Amino acid sequence: MSSKTHYEFKPLNVGRWIIWGLFSLLMVVAPLMFTSSLSHTMLSQMGIAIIVCLSYNMLLGQGGMLSFGHAVYSGMGSFLAIHTLNNVSNGEWALPVSLIPIVGGLAAAAFAVVFGWVTTKKAATPFAMITLGVGELVWAMSLMFPEFFGGEGGITGDRVTGSKPFGITYGPQIQLYYLIAAYTFVCTVLMFAFTRTPLGRMLNAVRDNPERVEFVGYNTQMVRYIAFIVAGFFAGVSGGLAALNFEIVTSEVVSAHRSGAYLLFTFLGGATFFFGPILGGILMVLAFVLLSELTKAWLLYLGLVFLFMVMYAPGGVSSLIMMNLRVASFGFLRRIWASYLALAGTSFVILVGAGAMIEMVYHLQLNAALGNELRFMGATLNAKGLNSWFGAAFVLLTGIALFELTRRQFLKDWGEVQVDIEKEIKRREAL
Amino acid sequence: MEFFTISLLNGVSYGLLLFMLSSGLTLIFSMMGVLNFAHASFYMLGAYLAYTVTMFVGFWPSLILAPLAVGVLGALFEKYALRRVHHFGHVPELLITFGLSYIILELVQLIWGRSSVDYRVPEELSGPLFTLYGTQFPLYRGFMMGVALLMLLAIGLLLTKTRIGLVIQAALTHPETVEALGHNVPRVFMLVFGGGAALAGLAGVIGGNAFVTEPGMAATVGSIIFVVVVVGGMGSLAGAFLASLLIGVVQTFAVAIDVSLMSVLNQMGAAINSATPGYALWKLKVSQVAPILPYLLLVLMLIFRPRGLMGSREG
Repeated sequence: MSSKTHYEFKPLNVGRWIIWGLFSLLMVVAPLMFTSSLSHTMLSQMGIAIIVCLSYNMLLGQGGMLSFGHAVYSGMGSFLAIHTLNNVSNGEWALPVSLIPIVGGLAAAAFAVVFGWVTTKKAATPFAMITLGVGELVWAMSLMFPEFFGGEGGITGDRVTGSKPFGITYGPQIQLYYLIAAYTFVCTVLMFAFTRTPLGRMLNAVRDNPERVEFVGYNTQMVRYIAFIVAGFFAGVSGGLAALNFEIVTSEVVSAHRSGAYLLFTFLGGATFFFGPILGGILMVLAFVLLSELTKAWLLYLGLVFLFMVMYAPGGVSSLIMMNLRVASFGFLRRIWASYLALAGTSFVILVGAGAMIEMVYHLQLNAALGNELRFMGATLNAKGLNSWFGAAFVLLTGIALFELTRRQFLKDWGEVQVDIEKEIKRREAL
Repeated sequence: MEFFTISLLNGVSYGLLLFMLSSGLTLIFSMMGVLNFAHASFYMLGAYLAYTVTMFVGFWPSLILAPLAVGVLGALFEKYALRRVHHFGHVPELLITFGLSYIILELVQLIWGRSSVDYRVPEELSGPLFTLYGTQFPLYRGFMMGVALLMLLAIGLLLTKTRIGLVIQAALTHPETVEALGHNVPRVFMLVFGGGAALAGLAGVIGGNAFVTEPGMAATVGSIIFVVVVVGGMGSLAGAFLASLLIGVVQTFAVAIDVSLMSVLNQMGAAINSATPGYALWKLKVSQVAPILPYLLLVLMLIFRPRGLMGSREG
């Protein structure tokens, strides 16, 4: 697209003020709307996840660096933060609790300075493998030094300590939530600002055409290195917030699982748009807290969703939203909403069929002692009964057949809409 | 001497197993530019399939059937998933194999459960091969080495002496030209991917019962074989061979050495105790450090020789 992709008003960019205003308003209002303690915990975790996913996207989306070891930086931030917190509790250091995440950030940035120097020597696939190696290195070390990493039990702390300005102790979750929300907002603004700096632009250039950047006279390795350190800093801030939130840090926070989760959800949210990782962070908490409660097979569903997303929508959820916004802004959305409904309906049928089968297998595998019966979406299934299996398979096959039919229709409609949009653009240009 | 010889033999057999894995990974990488993140998952799949097949028809058929099945699965994955994202670039290709590793792990847990399965070395291979300085060297270890060497030979011959091997080699460097000459390059890719997966499956069949067949086995070797590929030099088979042996031997030796810097220095007259600064570092035994040695090697290699042992260019 050669023309401007967003609306801009000089001298004040009203659209941007509105969006950021809504974002901050949402964060202020959210805990007042969802008042249960579970939702407060989840909202806090979402703030933490948003920061770390955004920092991850600084590497993946903006720098084209696929890291498999980002948890090293958020995790080291967590550890340094909890040690600092304990030192504050002992009365050795005098530091307000609200500044501890910054300590975590600085510590993680220091680690990024050391590790990043090795890591960013390469780009693309070798970069991915080296981050994986460094991640494993730190993970293995966490088992070697129980003095620092706390061994199996981890390191605990108490965030109600130090000075209490205006009576804020961070004891109640809601107070901590607002601290996290403030950090989330500031970090998001800073990271967005980073994309607008010459360095941020250069990082995009290094992603798209490193050879040409070298010819222009920039050192691509240095650009990657600096971005890596900045990303490490924000990951550390999120790690520090997580340490305050959970008041316990175990070596799990530097594990490859954690790094993999950051990658997975940043991608699901969408790496191509700045706001994608924000959705990714929210999805991550929803999946980890709610989906894992709902079903034992949640990792399988997650892997399948990820696989299809890579295959059919490599821009993630945010790209789907943006594509439909584009259609809507031309007023064509009403031509495809019926297809959307059909797609949603048929994919729900597939989900019911496949879900029933997966849940039955899991039931046989894990809860065999509880008998053969299980509840699935309000129905009672017999995991060893032919009827249940036959029914589930029938539902699944019907769903797949219907889905395929609606998918073809949808692709046709979608293609027509895109053609019409192109025509409309041409027409407007001619005016 | 006894310790040295036995450890060396064990190290070499472990190194050869690593090579069986990393050779497939290297072939796939050098040919398609895809780093197959799910490679270790194919290894795990091979072990589990062999366990099931062994229950029905015995170990020897499973030595053929399980790798074949894994190879077919790999080829199908290449054809229906990987090929679709090929035009998006290398990062989505890596990501899709990353997603696959999640799915395979969950499916394995779904089918075979979350704990380890009882996949044993067959009766006829369970005795000692020979006795050296009073220590027995297991026959099965010898068998593993034999299979790995045979496979190495077979791949070498396949790549250099046969027609399909020549097409593969040509497609490595000049895919467009090979396509112009009328060869079906995507199908060659599919074969290579399936073949690499089959090699990983074979490694799983013979490695699964030598070690433990459990859902965590993919993660254990997964990151090590990536280290092997980088240390050996991206895309170099000979480098992968050297690096596998090196890492296999180093790790096997390190696990068995039960001394720490503190004990060595104290024997030489130093007095290091819990009051010495950096005690946590001094008291570490070599065996405790063993898990991080491959990764340390990786980092050192990147600092001092970024193209790897046998790599031809800096990536």
